[in-house]
Amino acid sequence: MLENIKILWHNGKQYIPDVTTAKVPGIFKGRPVIASNIKVDEDKLTALCPVKAIGLNPVSIDLGKCVFCGECALAFPQKIRFTTDYKIATNVRERLIVKEGDENPVTLDQSIIRKEIKQLFSGSFKLRQVSAAGDNSCEWELNASNNVQFDISRFGIDFVASPRHADGILITGPISANMAEPLERCYNATPDPKVIILAGTDAISGGIYADSPALERSFLEKYPIDLYIPGNPAHPLTIINGIVDLIRKKKG
Amino acid sequence: MTNKFISVKNNEPVPVKTIPELTYKEFTDICTSLVKDKIHCHIVNYFGYRENNNIKLICCIADDQEQSINVLSTNVETDASYPSLTIDVPAFDKFEREVYENFGVKFEGHPWLKPVRYPFNRANKQQTIENYPFLKGSSEELHEVGVGPIHAGVIEPGHFRFICHGEQILHLEIQLGYQHRGVEQLMLQKQSLNERITIAESIAGDSAVEHATAFAQLWESLCNIETDKSTAFGRSLAQEIERIAIHTGDMSAICTDIAYQLGSAVFGRLRTPMVNFFQEWCGNRLCKGLIRVGGFNYPFTEALGKRFLEILTIYERDFEEMATQLFKLPSALGRLERTGVVENDQIYQIGAVGMAARMSNLKRDIRMSHPYANYKNMNHQPVVKRHGDVYSRTQIRKEEIRQSIGYIRNWINNIPEFKKVDASNYTAQADTFVISLTEGWRGEVCHCAITDNKGMLKVYKIKDPSFHNWKALELAVRNNEISDFPICNKSFNLSYCGHDL
Repeated sequence: MLENIKILWHNGKQYIPDVTTAKVPGIFKGRPVIASNIKVDEDKLTALCPVKAIGLNPVSIDLGKCVFCGECALAFPQKIRFTTDYKIATNVRERLIVKEGDENPVTLDQSIIRKEIKQLFSGSFKLRQVSAAGDNSCEWELNASNNVQFDISRFGIDFVASPRHADGILITGPISANMAEPLERCYNATPDPKVIILAGTDAISGGIYADSPALERSFLEKYPIDLYIPGNPAHPLTIINGIVDLIRKKKG
Repeated sequence: MTNKFISVKNNEPVPVKTIPELTYKEFTDICTSLVKDKIHCHIVNYFGYRENNNIKLICCIADDQEQSINVLSTNVETDASYPSLTIDVPAFDKFEREVYENFGVKFEGHPWLKPVRYPFNRANKQQTIENYPFLKGSSEELHEVGVGPIHAGVIEPGHFRFICHGEQILHLEIQLGYQHRGVEQLMLQKQSLNERITIAESIAGDSAVEHATAFAQLWESLCNIETDKSTAFGRSLAQEIERIAIHTGDMSAICTDIAYQLGSAVFGRLRTPMVNFFQEWCGNRLCKGLIRVGGFNYPFTEALGKRFLEILTIYERDFEEMATQLFKLPSALGRLERTGVVENDQIYQIGAVGMAARMSNLKRDIRMSHPYANYKNMNHQPVVKRHGDVYSRTQIRKEEIRQSIGYIRNWINNIPEFKKVDASNYTAQADTFVISLTEGWRGEVCHCAITDNKGMLKVYKIKDPSFHNWKALELAVRNNEISDFPICNKSFNLSYCGHDL
């Protein structure tokens, strides 16, 4: 017992006091900024990207497709740089496309969030996570979101065992044909009103697997998506800030 | 017997035509003699591909003493029957099932000829994942428990079917395939190196370093790209950091499953400095985007080295304090010892690799037996335990973390000057076969490739250690209480996506 208390004491306070303003260490690849006054070899730039996330006229990066490998920024550091801004989740798919000259943060469009989401879920939000052919990296970061440092539970957000206890589902992975039915059944088992969140590039666009014949993504066309959390994998701070912005009532 | 197979080294390219092609009878005889009752030999890969309307089977058997891999081949017809190798050598089980599922080749006498992962290009589309033929318990005293594909926690999908007598598990059957997303096919489809390395990094996100390294080394040997010691340094370093990170996380998960809250929280938070260091180095907490063909992307500077040594010192202090406490708590040890035992003989029979082999006194480690990168210049001695239980698997993690810290300290003393080769100017050799092995925290990762007459990839075959090791979990839970399943499962921490591909 005394030994345990000693360890507790040595570990001290581990939690990040404010997850909305915390700084991430090192060269985190978050929201990119594309310089508009610099011309580059555009064919070479688009050919570099493994997932065709780079668009032209104007030059843009689709964060829903981007795997954040950073090859474009390494080859054209004057043109593209990734900032450490991890708040890149949004509820509007188009807002994930960052264009030349854009310096504004990626935000949610609060006006289109369904009323019942803020009304019912702002204090307590339970999610059933469905992993559908992802590579286990987003699952990994979701678990990290709930460790003693990031502590997503402090906002009343939890991952629950059964869809019947859940207020929504959070999907990771590009959705394989083999997972299509279990996913649909899980969604149907969740009581109304319910939310769908896509976490990670694979879930949002299929990522590197977008053209694979082994996928079955029709589920996403049938139902409305409430939140997109990009990343490969999505960083815990991206996940937490995205979900909190979706459910929290604005103060004042 | 020398012309019946060809011996190659790890990452040594050879012309495809030098691989002897035998009759099926000869092929099975040689395969059996190469691996049966030889503790230092195991099957690293056995796969088929279509050639001239037939199926060509290639078998790769590693010989740890000779530090070589013996490769041989044969031709079979689709929809025909051939005598099974599994009867003599159970480790062939999964491989034969895969050939059966992909091409419809039947293996007579195979005791368990069932689908493996229901790939999109399987031979028989009538077989679907919903109607997998589970073993049934027929007695009234037995009941079945089905778990998954969607599990209670935030983990990957797979279905577990238990046959139980009361609380006791008599049999477990694990059915996978839900994570199948066509990785091997996509490797051929996508032509650019950036695309391929991105795929390699996403075969199993928690093993991004090993799979990326295996692909990079394979491609470098196909193209004759010479890399220097800076490349070997960076990749080995990344691999050992990943090992520390995941092992720490696993120790947290094991503590969670024995309801030891303090251990769960402390080990859980100790993983963060390791993955955050990856982010400082390459911008990604799982080390995606670092390893590339021809080297790696982000230089490891003296400043980073100094910073990591500081992180390690603090990590080590806190880790040792927690680990010491865990290993002397009777309530914790009581749950770990003699839970989920797999005997040495079973482990050998199923051909387990990596940590799952070493926990039961089977010394298998690619870093020792088929060394690559920095491991070539050192005498790596793997951590080996004897009991084959959850306790042994936890102990291995603790000791491997210490070993990795020692290696890293040593390497960081002498950081080589950063150098990366531009791989885009190289082309792969035509009609060539190459095999690349790496040892990740979970075990050996094997990538095989064959090129066509223009040097384009014709076959790409990936094998994650989980492909062998899921069987070990099935055996581990037998005769345990079903309530101990989670701890057994976590103590192996196998990959679903690496298996399903």
